Amino acid sequence: MSGTSINTIQDEIIEEFGLFDEPMDRYDYLIDIGKRLPLMEDKFKTEENIVKGCQSTVWLHAAMEDDKVVYQADSNTVITKGIIGLLVRVLSGHAPDEIVNADLYFIDKIELRSHLSSQRSNGLNAMLKQMKLYALGFQQLSLKNA
Amino acid sequence: MRTEAITAFDVHTVRKDFPILGQQVNGYPLVYFDNAATSQKPQVVIDALVDYYQGYNSNIHRGLHYLSEKATAAYESAREKAAQFINAGSVREINFVRGTTEGINLIAQGYGRKFLKTGDEIIISTLEHHSNIVPWQMLCEQTGALLKVMPINERGEIIFEEFEKLLTERTKIVSLVYVSNALGTINPAQTIITRAHAAGAVVVLDAAQAAPHIALDVQALDCDFLCFSSHKMFGPTGIGVMYGKERLLEAMDPYQGGGEMIKEVSFAKTTYNDLPYKFEAGTPNIADGIAFGAAIDYLRGIGLENVATYEHQLLEYGTQQLSGIEGLRIIGTAKEKASVISFLVEGIHPYDMGVLLDKQGIAIRTGHHCCQPLMGQLNITGTCRASFAFYNTFEEIDRLKQGIERAKKMLL
Repeated sequence: MSGTSINTIQDEIIEEFGLFDEPMDRYDYLIDIGKRLPLMEDKFKTEENIVKGCQSTVWLHAAMEDDKVVYQADSNTVITKGIIGLLVRVLSGHAPDEIVNADLYFIDKIELRSHLSSQRSNGLNAMLKQMKLYALGFQQLSLKNA
Repeated sequence: MRTEAITAFDVHTVRKDFPILGQQVNGYPLVYFDNAATSQKPQVVIDALVDYYQGYNSNIHRGLHYLSEKATAAYESAREKAAQFINAGSVREINFVRGTTEGINLIAQGYGRKFLKTGDEIIISTLEHHSNIVPWQMLCEQTGALLKVMPINERGEIIFEEFEKLLTERTKIVSLVYVSNALGTINPAQTIITRAHAAGAVVVLDAAQAAPHIALDVQALDCDFLCFSSHKMFGPTGIGVMYGKERLLEAMDPYQGGGEMIKEVSFAKTTYNDLPYKFEAGTPNIADGIAFGAAIDYLRGIGLENVATYEHQLLEYGTQQLSGIEGLRIIGTAKEKASVISFLVEGIHPYDMGVLLDKQGIAIRTGHHCCQPLMGQLNITGTCRASFAFYNTFEEIDRLKQGIERAKKMLL
C-alpha cells in the first residue's frame, strides 16, 4: 500500500479548492499545480504517448515501480497541465488494483467539469480513461505472472 | 482610456438593440469579441423570427391560402433585400443556401464539375478558410483539375505578382476570400477579378467576412459568383446567399433534386424550375430567410459607411493598445485590414489565454480559425483572435488589454 490513499489525496484537493471562491483564484491554483508538475522525460514525449481526444496535446506515460504505477505526463498548455497534475497527484504511486477501482469523486466536488468547455471535458475523460487503461494493463500482467 | 464619442452613430444606443450584450459572464459584463465566428442579433431580427412563427408560419410558393401568401411575400422580399444589398442585377441571381460553405460547394459541384476537365486549373490563396479549400480539392479529385495557391507576404497580403505568374490559359476558376477571417486582410478583389477575367477565368468571392463590414457591389466588382452568410451579418444561422451571374447559373446543372426545384416531374423525365428556384430543392429555411431580410434592413439602417468608419477606429485603437503589451505579437498587419486582431503572447499557448479571458467575461476565439494551411505558412499552430463589430466599444478594448495583462501574470 502507498503511504497515502487515493481518497485521502482527493480529500486534500477538495479542501484546497474550497479555499477559493473566485474562479480566477481557482485557475491561479490550477496553473500553479501545472507549473509544479514534475518534468516529463523527453524520450516519453512520443507520438504513441499522445492521448487521443484532447484539444491540446497531452502526453502520458506509465511504468511499474515497486508494484506501483507511476505516471509521467505533460501538455503544451498550462491549464491542461494543471488538470493532469491533479490526476497524477491522485493516481500516481498506487497499486493497479487501487487505480482501477478508484472512484474519483473529487472531480465533481471541485466542479472541475463546470470550469471546462465540453471539448475540454471530453479531454479530461480521455485522460482518465487512458490512465485507468494503463492500470488495468498492469493488473492483467501481474495476474498472468502470478 | 479613450471614451470620447467620435462616431457618426451612438454606440451606446446601438448596443441597446442587442439584448444579449447586457449580460454578465463569470461575474463580469460580457465583452463579445468573437464576431468573426458569428455576430449577435438585434431585437428586430429576433422579433422577425417570433412574428413569423406566431403569426404566419406556412409553407411557401405553392400555397394559395392567406398564411402561405403572406409567408411567400415575406420570404421573396428578403431575396429582393439581399439582391439590393449586393447590387445584383436581378433576384434570379440570388440563391438562398445554408451559408457560404454550402454556396461554395454548390458552385464547385454545379459549375466546376460540369465545366472543368483534367488539366484545368483552379487558383485560391493561402488566406483561405477550409470552406474555400476543401470543396475545390474535392472537385480536383473528381475532374483531374489542379489546385494552385497564391502566396502571401509576411504581413498577410497576397503577392499580386505571384498570382499573375500562376495564371495561365488553363486557369478556369479563381476563388478568393475577400476579407480573411483569421488575419483580417482585405484582399484587392477588384484588381484580382480584372486580371483573372483577362486570363479567361471565372472568379468566386468568399464574402462571408466582408458582408458585415464592407459595402458589396457585385456589378462594380464584376465577380462571377459571391457567397455570404446571414449569421456573420447580424441575421440568423442557417441561411446565406450564393450570388451568380444569370448566364452562368442558367448553364449550371442543379445541385440537389427534390421539391421546389422542379417544373414538371414524370418517371420518364423531369424538367427543372427557373432561377433562382433551380438550386433550392426542398422546403426552404423560411423563418431564417425572413429574419435575414430584417438583418439586412437593420444593417442598411446603421449604414455600412458608418460601420466601416467606426470599426476602423476600433481596429486602430485595439492595435495600438495591444501593441503596448510586452511580448504580444500581432499576426497579420496588412495595410488594408478589417476589424480583426490575431495575436500571440510569447510563452503563452492561445488556449490558456482564451480560457483566462473567458473567466474574465471576454469572449475571443483561439486556434487555427479553420485556416490550417495559413497557420502552417506562418509557422504557428494557432492564434488568439479578437474580432470587433460596430456594437463594441473602446472601453471593451481596454478590458481586453487588462484581461491579457492579468492572464500573462498568471501564466508566466
